Amino acid sequence: MNEIIEMLSFSFMQRALIVGIPVALCAALLGVSLVLKRYAMIGDGLSHVGFGALAIASAFGWTPLWVAVPVVVIAAFLLLRLSENSKIKGDSAIAIISSAALAIGVVIATVGNGMNTDLNSYLFGSILAASPQDVVMSLCLSAVVLAVFVLFYSKIFAVTFDEGFAKATGVNSGAYNMLIALLTALTIVIGMRIMGTLLISSLIIFPALTSMRLCKTYKSVIICSAVVSVLCFIVGIFTSYFLETPTGATIVIVNLIAFLCFALISKIKGWMFTHERG
Amino acid sequence: MSIIECKNISMSYDGVAVFDNLSFTVNSGDYLCIVGENGSGKSTLMKGLLGLKPVTGGEIIYSDGLKKNEIGYLPQQSGAQRDFPASVYEVVLSGRLNKRGLLPFYSHADRQAALGNMERLGILELKNRCYKELSGGQQQRVLLARALCATSKLLILDEPVTGLDPLASSEMYRLISALNKESSITIIMVSHDIVAAVDHADHILHLSNNEDFFGTTEDYTHSELGSRFLYHNCHCDGCEAHAAFHHDQSHIHSYLKSNGGGRE
Repeated sequence: MNEIIEMLSFSFMQRALIVGIPVALCAALLGVSLVLKRYAMIGDGLSHVGFGALAIASAFGWTPLWVAVPVVVIAAFLLLRLSENSKIKGDSAIAIISSAALAIGVVIATVGNGMNTDLNSYLFGSILAASPQDVVMSLCLSAVVLAVFVLFYSKIFAVTFDEGFAKATGVNSGAYNMLIALLTALTIVIGMRIMGTLLISSLIIFPALTSMRLCKTYKSVIICSAVVSVLCFIVGIFTSYFLETPTGATIVIVNLIAFLCFALISKIKGWMFTHERG
Repeated sequence: MSIIECKNISMSYDGVAVFDNLSFTVNSGDYLCIVGENGSGKSTLMKGLLGLKPVTGGEIIYSDGLKKNEIGYLPQQSGAQRDFPASVYEVVLSGRLNKRGLLPFYSHADRQAALGNMERLGILELKNRCYKELSGGQQQRVLLARALCATSKLLILDEPVTGLDPLASSEMYRLISALNKESSITIIMVSHDIVAAVDHADHILHLSNNEDFFGTTEDYTHSELGSRFLYHNCHCDGCEAHAAFHHDQSHIHSYLKSNGGGRE
């Protein structure tokens, strides 16, 4: 108990939690839509673009978030357009853009300052990454994402479940797709520093998949993945502090364990159901 | 009173024209079936009527004050929906979305309408069930209830009985006919089951690569195009002539001869 109080007295830990919990919450909410719309890889692509933007920003000495937010938002619009109508299929388009952005980022980061530790913390995340000014901006962005999600909840459901129907009955589904992409972009940029470029997309995909093992309605999937995501984040960050393991990777492993537990329970439930029926 | 009027419309799919110069009118209270072979442009036409695809020529006039948010639509199911975690109530309620504008939450009236439509289609007891665990026929009823939430005037149905067993499909046809007769909802249905279409609809639009038919079902059964697909016991002069034409195979022999083929 004393150890936990001691841990919470560090200001970097407080910042990591204040930035991380809202991000975990936003990522889980958006993740349900992204997974169901088969857009899960967009999150991965965007985080790599975000890495490129961060590398450029730090090479020129600009504030990282001010550069990364607009760049990733623009990339989100482009990726959405690409996956909707283009000759190159969506998944290959995402692969091209994300690996290209990663490559550009790595080259610029090494040429720019030659600091490998910095590069490492971008790629795999760092508990120390959240600076005091990041905290303010992160909290504002998370609040915006949460508010928009709650206000547009029913529209996001309709567009996720059946875009054709929504469009045909006069709902502007294109605009709501853009909204989802925009919110995803913001969430990724905020969460990237703690989770790392390579691992942030797991924050989006894991909680949604985990809760879909057991929950049968959209609302319960949303609520369950929000709870699972925040819990996994907190458990992961505590574990990484005590075991001195990398933060992002630890959180992903906690998420993986949660997923396996849910999958196992779902299997057992299915087995009991068939067993009862004989 | 006409509700949709198509004047000389043309549409294309992937840059290839699928039909042109098509004209027909749907009146309020009609039950129109759009039939035709694969690739004849049924689905493209339907997307045009729904405003999901632009027409390349001519115009579609929605008269009678029919707004975009007064069309109910029953799409074909996509694979993604089959494993979508959603309750029946959530799906049906989402049909009311087009009445909300930018308002964020559903009102009491929306919830009542959703429950009312579920009762109308006999799926009220499935309210809290998971959509993906239902049978094909039940899923179609859920989607029909959702479409009814979006409209009280016009329903556009895309192959509503595809994949249903005979019992479920006749039940589906019965429900659609009841909506048309008892609630005077205009129905436009895309189907490739011509026999069922003739049984239920009062107007037929048959899209065929070079000859289209539009008219009442009665006229259709006596037309040359209709008589190709329907067996019936009508012995009027027209039908006898069509039958004689269909049984006459001399054009096939002359075709084979002129191409040097045949088995002689």
